[in-house]
Amino acid sequence: MEQIAFDQLQEKLYYEKMANGLDVYVLPKHGFNKTFATFTTKYGSIDNHFVPLDKNGPVKVPDGIAHFLEHKMFEKEDGDVFQQFSRQGASANAFTSFTRTAYLFSSTSNVQENLTTLIDFVQDPYFTKETVEKEKGIIGQEITMYDDNPDWRLYYGLIANLYHHHPVKIDIAGTIASISDITKDMLYECYHTFYHPSNMLLFVVGPVEPEEIIAQVRKNQDSKNYSEQPSIERIFDQEPQTVAEKLSTLRMNVQTPKCMVGIKTNDASQQGAEMLKKELSLNVMLDLLFGKSTQHYNDLYREGLIDDTFSYDYSQESGFGFAMIGGDTSDPNKLAEKVKEILLQSTNGSNWDEAALQRSIKKKIGGFLRALNSPEYIANQFTRYSFNDMDLFQIVPILENLTLDDINQSAKELISEERMSVCQVLPK
Amino acid sequence: MNITTETVKAIDGVKLHQIKTDKYKTNTIVWKMKAPLSKDTVTLRALLPHVLESSSAAYPTTAKLRAYLDELYGASLYVDLSKKGEYHIISMTIEMANEKFLSDQTPLLRKAFELLSELLLRPLSNNGAFDREVVESEKRTLKQRIQAVNDDKMRYANLRLVQEMCKDEAYALHVHGELDDLPLITESSLYQYYERALAEDELDLYMIGDIDTNEVEQYVRELLPFKNRPVKEASLIRGNDSIEPETIKEEQDVKQAKLNIGYRTGINYGDPEYSALQIFNGIFGGFSHSKLFINVREKASLAYYVASRLESHKGLLMVMSGIDNSSYGQATSIIEEQLEEMRKGTFTEEEITQTKAVIQNQMLETMDTARGVAEVLYHNIVSQKKMDLTQWMNGMEAVIKEDIITVAKKVQLDTIYFLHGKEVQK
Repeated sequence: MEQIAFDQLQEKLYYEKMANGLDVYVLPKHGFNKTFATFTTKYGSIDNHFVPLDKNGPVKVPDGIAHFLEHKMFEKEDGDVFQQFSRQGASANAFTSFTRTAYLFSSTSNVQENLTTLIDFVQDPYFTKETVEKEKGIIGQEITMYDDNPDWRLYYGLIANLYHHHPVKIDIAGTIASISDITKDMLYECYHTFYHPSNMLLFVVGPVEPEEIIAQVRKNQDSKNYSEQPSIERIFDQEPQTVAEKLSTLRMNVQTPKCMVGIKTNDASQQGAEMLKKELSLNVMLDLLFGKSTQHYNDLYREGLIDDTFSYDYSQESGFGFAMIGGDTSDPNKLAEKVKEILLQSTNGSNWDEAALQRSIKKKIGGFLRALNSPEYIANQFTRYSFNDMDLFQIVPILENLTLDDINQSAKELISEERMSVCQVLPK
Repeated sequence: MNITTETVKAIDGVKLHQIKTDKYKTNTIVWKMKAPLSKDTVTLRALLPHVLESSSAAYPTTAKLRAYLDELYGASLYVDLSKKGEYHIISMTIEMANEKFLSDQTPLLRKAFELLSELLLRPLSNNGAFDREVVESEKRTLKQRIQAVNDDKMRYANLRLVQEMCKDEAYALHVHGELDDLPLITESSLYQYYERALAEDELDLYMIGDIDTNEVEQYVRELLPFKNRPVKEASLIRGNDSIEPETIKEEQDVKQAKLNIGYRTGINYGDPEYSALQIFNGIFGGFSHSKLFINVREKASLAYYVASRLESHKGLLMVMSGIDNSSYGQATSIIEEQLEEMRKGTFTEEEITQTKAVIQNQMLETMDTARGVAEVLYHNIVSQKKMDLTQWMNGMEAVIKEDIITVAKKVQLDTIYFLHGKEVQK
């Protein structure tokens, strides 16, 4: 077991790689009632084209299968795992993102039992023809719920505009048509390919003794017969520099129009410290352009072009990355035009100075401290960072060392008219 | 278990609640202003905090105010509004880093109190009126905030149910105010209301973090001087003894229908039967082990979400679900059947124990966040009861099966609201 201390933050992280390849991290949080644990596989909606374990050639699987698999993991021969967690006083959940599937519980008692339940249920798939068919009705309702949600449609609509081929453009839950093709055999094939411990990470945060937790997991894993697995071969098509669509408009049952401007990065190959620095400097740059303390924000607000739904963010994963800026607006065309104009003219560097940079860095550091109050943030983000070889606890030192040159360079690399797209939701 | 200790002290017109703990990296101040919910003031109250958080005399633009907050290591400032029973509550929260985790040791807590004082007592104003441009732009944003509910069908269905169910009660008012009243508000009428609210509202301040309680008390005395005032009490409306249930169906362009059902329980937070009501709700629909989840979702595959929740200061039980347009009949009858099972006592001792464990777990988890601590403790102010966490836990433990059946029999159907798309089956 390794220990990594972060003195300024007064935190200590414990780590061990199990014999079967599983990464286990424990962050003790004394004073808290709750223990929160996530058990995550590096497998999400984008992993739809791969070479399955024990096969020679690649397969393409139906859209939405990773999410479908997540739902089906909770059902076992002897009943529902939710029931078992709640008998042990825990609440359990799961989510599927573009790149990850995470199973989690939180509890203030019976932590040992709950942790065993979490690990065991994720490592013991049980799919039958009947249970797979029954789930299609439930997920069908989940899909129609999102179909009616204009913010959801705007977000995914914009991603679909940005990308020609990359599977990030596919809805995580798939469509009613695509999930109708899913069979139990496909679920087993995906499961055996992506749920090997060497592709997974367990994170436990709460008022726990790290030695005990790690010993418990070690014993649990040693009792299971995992053989070594070759690394997973995932296939992605070459993505052009340009966007697939410059503009799309969706007519929906809304009263207030919505507008988002997106830019995709031309290079999403970075990992580790380089990727962390890029993500942080682009988020600082967006803050310098659109934060509440900027002239741009105040002008847009006064003109009535934005309201408190306005947001901006850059995020990247292996193979794709994009910035998104926008929200509800009275004039979606004018907002799109203004946001693009602000972005394009920012590459001359006249929007920021040293004082504004230092202020934004302070704001981000304070925001990070606030986030460290949240066990959910720590576990989820640490896992996301780790899957990209980044270290969550390097955020503060990297922020403190950002310079105006870094910001200028990031802006120049990201901002380009040909990689921008606009998505709007308009009243019918 | 980590029990939170609250020390309460009235400092003239402000009740100061301090919760000292070293588990956070930040310190949090939650400022609460409470007044009875009423048509005359609901829109003024919804607008006021947004005007106050946008600027002040010392920081006359949002850009200047926000730059100052960024300077204080991204101190977060936000306001929100809530309805609790017959009351309309304004909250203003400031959360700032505890400097012991920073390389820069500037004391931030005093600055946060100075800022709260500045925002509350020195707004951008002139001759008894707020700044016109600020008020106009916040009115525009408030209008969008009120309208936004129409674009989120889950919230919309919930709002429509409450409007139908409580149509002759103040509780039907929109928490963000009423659109019709918005154009009538001026920079001077809002200023007059601001003076009245500061003079008459019940004021509570929650301070949560690794703080020196004497120091905080000193800040409140010095920076937040408010005169003593009598508490304004709203009359408690418990609903009629016998209810003629109503069904409201509304057609809109939606793919998924929303089924929202409202019941009256006659039991409020702080009442002796409230613990039993919470357990009833947990077995019936509050969790993923509950009857509604198992029967509507897992067995019948009708829904992705189906749940029930309590409006704890209003004695209401609300069921909500998203279903296919054609599933109305099947879903309503399963929900009614499950309520009948509750009344008949068709649930096991194991379900009771399981539900108690989950509810207690949920409470302890809520107490792990500073906001959660303030919200839980504030129930005591709204209900005018004095209950600490230990009493709450003991009350929960003492509930037996008969108590839950008694409560289940008090749950009366009031209104079924169904928002559906075009191809609905009769």
